[in-house]
Amino acid sequence: MMPPLGPPLDRVDGRKKVTGGAKFAAEHNLENMAYAAMVMSTIPSGTIRSIDTAAAKRSTGVIAVISHLNAPRLGPAPGQPPAAGQPGAAAPPQQQGNFAEPQLIPFSDNKVHYVGQRIAVVVADTIEHAARGAELVKVTYDETPARLDMQQFREQGVDRAKSLFTKGDADAAFASASVKIDQIYRTPHEHHNPMEAHSIVAAWDGDHLTLYDSSQNIFAVQQTMSRLFGIPKENVHILSQFVGGAFGSKGSTWPHVVIGVLAARMVNRPVKVFLTRKQLFFGNGHRPETQQRVALGANPEGKLLAMIHEGMSQSNDVCTYAERFVRPTKAIYAVDNMRAINPIVSLNLPSPTYMRAPGESPGMFAIESAMDELAYALKMDPLQLRLVNHADVNPEDGKPWSSKSLKECYAQGADKFGWSKRNPEPRSMKSGRDLIGWGMASATYPAHRSPASARAVVKSDGTVTIYTGTHEMGMGTATVMSQLAAETLGIPVERVRFEYGDTTLPPTPISAGSMTAASVGSAVFGACDALKKRVAEIDGVDPATINAESYHTILSKHYLDDVEARFDAKPPQQEPHATQAFGAHFVEVAIDQDIPVVRVQRMVSAFAGGRILNAKTARSQYFGGIIQGIGMALLEETHFDKRLGTFTNVNFAEYMVPTNADVRSIDIIMVPEEDHDVNPIGVKGIGEIGIVGVAPAIANAVFHATGKRVRDLPITIEKLM
Amino acid sequence: MQPFDFVREHEVSTAVKAGSRDGAKFIAGGTNLVDLMKCDVEHPTHVVDINAVPLSKVEQVPGGVRIGALVRMSDLAVHPLIVKNFPAISQSLLVSASPQIRNMASIGGNLMQRTRCPYFRELTWTPCNKRNPGSGCSAIEGENRLHAILGTSDACIATHPSDLAVAVAALDGVLTLRGPKGERQVNATDFHLLPGNTPHIEHDLKHGEMITSLFIPDGPHAKRSSYLKIRDRASFEFALTAAAVGLDLDGSLIRSARVAFGGVGTKPWRAKFAEAALGGQRATPDVFRAAAEAEMKSAVAHRQNAYKIELMKRTLVRALSDLAGGVA
Amino acid sequence: MIGSAAATAGLLVAPLLGEEARKNAAATQQADPNAIPVALDVNGKVHQLELDPRTTLLDALREHLDITGPKKGCDQGACGACTVLIDGRRVLSCLNLAAMNSGKKIVTVEGLAGDGRLQAIQAAFIRNDGFQCGYCTSGQICSAVALIREGRAHSDAEIREWMSGNVCRCGCYLGIVEAVKEASNATV
Repeated sequence: MMPPLGPPLDRVDGRKKVTGGAKFAAEHNLENMAYAAMVMSTIPSGTIRSIDTAAAKRSTGVIAVISHLNAPRLGPAPGQPPAAGQPGAAAPPQQQGNFAEPQLIPFSDNKVHYVGQRIAVVVADTIEHAARGAELVKVTYDETPARLDMQQFREQGVDRAKSLFTKGDADAAFASASVKIDQIYRTPHEHHNPMEAHSIVAAWDGDHLTLYDSSQNIFAVQQTMSRLFGIPKENVHILSQFVGGAFGSKGSTWPHVVIGVLAARMVNRPVKVFLTRKQLFFGNGHRPETQQRVALGANPEGKLLAMIHEGMSQSNDVCTYAERFVRPTKAIYAVDNMRAINPIVSLNLPSPTYMRAPGESPGMFAIESAMDELAYALKMDPLQLRLVNHADVNPEDGKPWSSKSLKECYAQGADKFGWSKRNPEPRSMKSGRDLIGWGMASATYPAHRSPASARAVVKSDGTVTIYTGTHEMGMGTATVMSQLAAETLGIPVERVRFEYGDTTLPPTPISAGSMTAASVGSAVFGACDALKKRVAEIDGVDPATINAESYHTILSKHYLDDVEARFDAKPPQQEPHATQAFGAHFVEVAIDQDIPVVRVQRMVSAFAGGRILNAKTARSQYFGGIIQGIGMALLEETHFDKRLGTFTNVNFAEYMVPTNADVRSIDIIMVPEEDHDVNPIGVKGIGEIGIVGVAPAIANAVFHATGKRVRDLPITIEKLM
Repeated sequence: MQPFDFVREHEVSTAVKAGSRDGAKFIAGGTNLVDLMKCDVEHPTHVVDINAVPLSKVEQVPGGVRIGALVRMSDLAVHPLIVKNFPAISQSLLVSASPQIRNMASIGGNLMQRTRCPYFRELTWTPCNKRNPGSGCSAIEGENRLHAILGTSDACIATHPSDLAVAVAALDGVLTLRGPKGERQVNATDFHLLPGNTPHIEHDLKHGEMITSLFIPDGPHAKRSSYLKIRDRASFEFALTAAAVGLDLDGSLIRSARVAFGGVGTKPWRAKFAEAALGGQRATPDVFRAAAEAEMKSAVAHRQNAYKIELMKRTLVRALSDLAGGVA
Repeated sequence: MIGSAAATAGLLVAPLLGEEARKNAAATQQADPNAIPVALDVNGKVHQLELDPRTTLLDALREHLDITGPKKGCDQGACGACTVLIDGRRVLSCLNLAAMNSGKKIVTVEGLAGDGRLQAIQAAFIRNDGFQCGYCTSGQICSAVALIREGRAHSDAEIREWMSGNVCRCGCYLGIVEAVKEASNATV
């Protein structure tokens, strides 16, 4: 087996990425390719009265303008039962699909559900002609009253995610607790803003579709296209070799994919869609605004007696998304009395979706801010409070953890940071003009796993190719899977090739929820283990005797060109254990006393995420999560104009993500953790946990520095003046 | 983007002629014009490339420095004359935009750059008096955290985005303009216009005219000057508030001062009231604060930008304190 | 796992919109009447192009020359992914009209590795894991090449500030700073 901390191999696709050789979806320039440009709705609610396409059609190079007025009816989306008599009605029932907006098949009618809805597309011979054509399309509407303010409709929350969780009597326990915190916390709309905009190149050949898509979930896109366009799944070939960041926003099939494929079919040419940065803010998901009440009741020793976590988040009627901000509530502290629920309020806003650590990220902001408030109310060290309430078993169901090293994370992080030297008094630490603040918070994210398949083929020259459909958005999948294969087969990693990002390869799940390493890794491990055994069997030897040279020797000896094995990895039906990654952040902020911009001076973050396959790529993923957490804490907010129903700062200058200058010292501690129960390879997944807890750790440090408790993100200068 | 024809001119005279045609616009760096053309906000039918016009010199001239309109921001920022005699100009450039943009953008173009107001730039279907005169202002009752508090009107509260223009306004810059009718000079402080009822008219540059150079006079205020910019993000962001300050000191006595504000005005905001409050006073924090109060009396806040009033005051106090150094 | 979609209804969308679209499509086969000649010298090779004046340098590279190293991140000058070197200076190709660049020497990330040998900065990006998804990397590397030439690699703080025109959403800034430092030391 591999060591708990895998070697820091350089990325196997590194050379391609530093030479411009990595081809992303929109970089497949096909013969005779046309370009499509979207037209977005400009009202939040109503119907389209007219679409004047005359000027657009006259414009140079425009081939077609497509909208509900001339688009054919598409089949039902996966997850939506087809109505009798509708195309696709004969198909078997589908599982929940990944179509982002099951109630809004593009161009199916004249209804407008939010500003920015894709209501028409202009196809032209060049990118400039298409963009100009889209500007020339004139749309008139009949507006209907829109629901735009979450506060106004807060009584109409719906528990779409069926999230209600109760344990004991939370209200009674809270009422009788001697020390209490009861506060409202808010997180704003945020956008993923991957560097690469969502983009596709779609090409039809008869009733076969080839689609280059920047996707986190190619097999679901395949299924969605199959259903919508009424062709067998086998006719749909999705390719996604390199994805320029996603963070959840490329997990669902968004309307532009359907529209681009539709357009390619209608104009009978390959079509490229490359959304503009502005368009990304409207129809490709966002982390929705939340408002959360956290009520904590404790005894004077700090033992939590009651925890209530409730509130609301924005969603809409055309998607199925609900922000599950109470998911961490059930996993983080030992509390006997709990009530947690995360309803949605449906509004005329674009569809939200999962964004890095959905649920946990906003949820832990509220919980961990409240814990800090409780520590001050108790006059207790915030770290000590967390130790007092450490959950030795999963609070939700009492199951034992497959492994948990949170206490080690606290201890090692605190030690490296120097937490014991903290003067708890707010405004007590200074450096020149700056107030210095130290804060901490816990982090957690579940260790998910889904079925996945892989095929391993060894050639007589001793080289091995791994085939599995999965994705590479920068997490290092291609690298760590190559390492895992090499380790399992006992060969040098240079002899492994990893093929992925293609629906003709064995199926894998969505690359999201920190589950790629666990899911795909279990399949790769299984396939390689089986391959090794098969080769041993061919020669009638003990698999334990197989070494790097055995493959060449045995295949040559038996005149075999290649030998292969496939493995379909499935998580067990019943998990006897609770599986969860944990961590802890320690933050120092510096805040000028007069001009209180918050700067994160240094962070120490310790994580226990099971086995780490590659110390280098893992460290980068942790950094990435943490830096997005710094953005969430201090910079990121998509402003929404409640009168006009539109997001406003819809560009990359006024929607601010951290720049290089915003990031100073970050120390990552990877606490070694061996876990034989979580899955065959002992990994828990680390893509999300980095961001969880960063915002509250910073907010807590800001309180320590200034004495001001900021309960609504981001922590901008005006909130500290 | 609307179609246009493209010509490259090599002389001021031919450029001006080409630029005088209806619908013509000059392009230098392109960092603002191309962006706004993509936004469907700028619609030139003729684009006149002036990059080959010889206007890229920085020269010591009697009484000051003359800067060609096509000098790039990055070059001006590190020019020895500027670093030595006009630190506020250099500093304002180095905290502008990004290294790449500074390599492209010209000094003339920088002074001409247009507001970042999202209703103007991105949300082209919404009312905006600057983009579509008479349609109304979406920002006054809308999302206006970044909007102006000085020089606003009922028609527009859009912030002028330039950093350089603020330093130029403080240091009494003078622009030379060349048009079909010849050459003329305009003080930088008169070049940008208040929105009033005509927010679409942003500056005193007639159609066909181009900026050919910028003169900045030498002087004690220029030599002892600085630029302080406050922003949310550590880099690559427009100002929340900014102060360009210049002091002529006699010991701790302020003989006279030059002050301009950025991030808060509908134009680069020369702070005459602040200057008046500083002149003849000792350089002390109380005097600085009083100067800030004097200037900000006329500030008008909207729903989300009231913080800028106090922040601007503190920004000025900090800028002056740092500039006065040991004497304050 | 995803259920099998044995759809049987047949292809739902017919090709072609009719006579009008056919005519339009045919019309677009002809040369664009607005096109102007532009000669672009990219990575040492001169390309004679006929371009719509609206074509940005970025689109000329990516869509006309299939040089896709320069990336389209925001297409509005706010991210740096499209950074290329023009006459040795780092600039944004997205806010740059292609027509403005006739006669200039343009270098993209593809032009950095000579004879298949990586430049020090490219190798340093790999070694220090200065990227994850790789989409901002071309711009980061072009920017870093220029930064080192500009003499702005004296300290971590200076590198951070002078690399801040290149946004990395994956958050690889610490690796990027290390890579720039390493390459800078290798070049002096």
